[in-house]
Amino acid sequence: MVKINGNDCDVSGMTISEYLATTDYDPKIIAVECNEEIVPKAKYDETVIQNGDVIEVVSFVGGG
Amino acid sequence: MESIPTKEEMLQALEERHGKELQSKFNNASVAICGLGGLGSNIAIVLARAGVGKLYLFDFDKVDLSNLNRQQYSVSQLGMYKTDALKENLHQIAPYVNVVTHTVRITENNIKELFDETDIICEAFDRPEEKAMLVNGITENFADKYLVAGSGMAGISSANSIKTRKIAKHFYLCGDETSDVSDGIGLVASRVMVCAAHQAHMVLRIIAEEFEV
Repeated sequence: MVKINGNDCDVSGMTISEYLATTDYDPKIIAVECNEEIVPKAKYDETVIQNGDVIEVVSFVGGG
Repeated sequence: MESIPTKEEMLQALEERHGKELQSKFNNASVAICGLGGLGSNIAIVLARAGVGKLYLFDFDKVDLSNLNRQQYSVSQLGMYKTDALKENLHQIAPYVNVVTHTVRITENNIKELFDETDIICEAFDRPEEKAMLVNGITENFADKYLVAGSGMAGISSANSIKTRKIAKHFYLCGDETSDVSDGIGLVASRVMVCAAHQAHMVLRIIAEEFEV
């Protein structure tokens, strides 16, 4: 099992890209953190989500 | 009017407030501020008041009438580049702060060249695409630098919903993370300043080697 934004998700074995494709996140406004490291965008295709990973998708909102 | 205090007098006044040890850390720090709107202009003023030694200011835009509801500029500065106007204002507050201005738009292409000399970077852009670009670009190119970003300070909701979270080892996020200016809820100075204060305070904590929120 994998924790994503606090929820248990059965996505181990998927890449970050494959997981994001199942969601409504807009890839242009997010950063993905996995086990306390930000995953470089260029590595979304090759980073395979492992059982026990703790992931957070940060989706930015406008204003500043 | 009294004459401008000397560098030594300014330092002494700061040391009386902050203590010598902490002040020495502030003096020796350098911080980059990306975007000089409601977040960035307020963050810069807080850091200059604290006596942070060197500030790098990044913005390509000019001061507009629509900025004055929340950004630290005056009517006499309308039409000026924000970099130049904020530098002027910072030097009114802290005449000896070293301010380096870059009147450029930060993009994926130039990001590698802009942040060599600073340890801590504040994300203070307006648009979510630019926020994400900076956060991803900094963490990819400068993994050792600290990044403090802002997301979610629009509207008139409670100021208490704005928080600081540590997301990754070197990445902190301030804001309520949900209120989006594109929903037409506006931006008021008080709430933007709360978020800017969270960001500036986290920067000062990092400089003080206090890395938890």
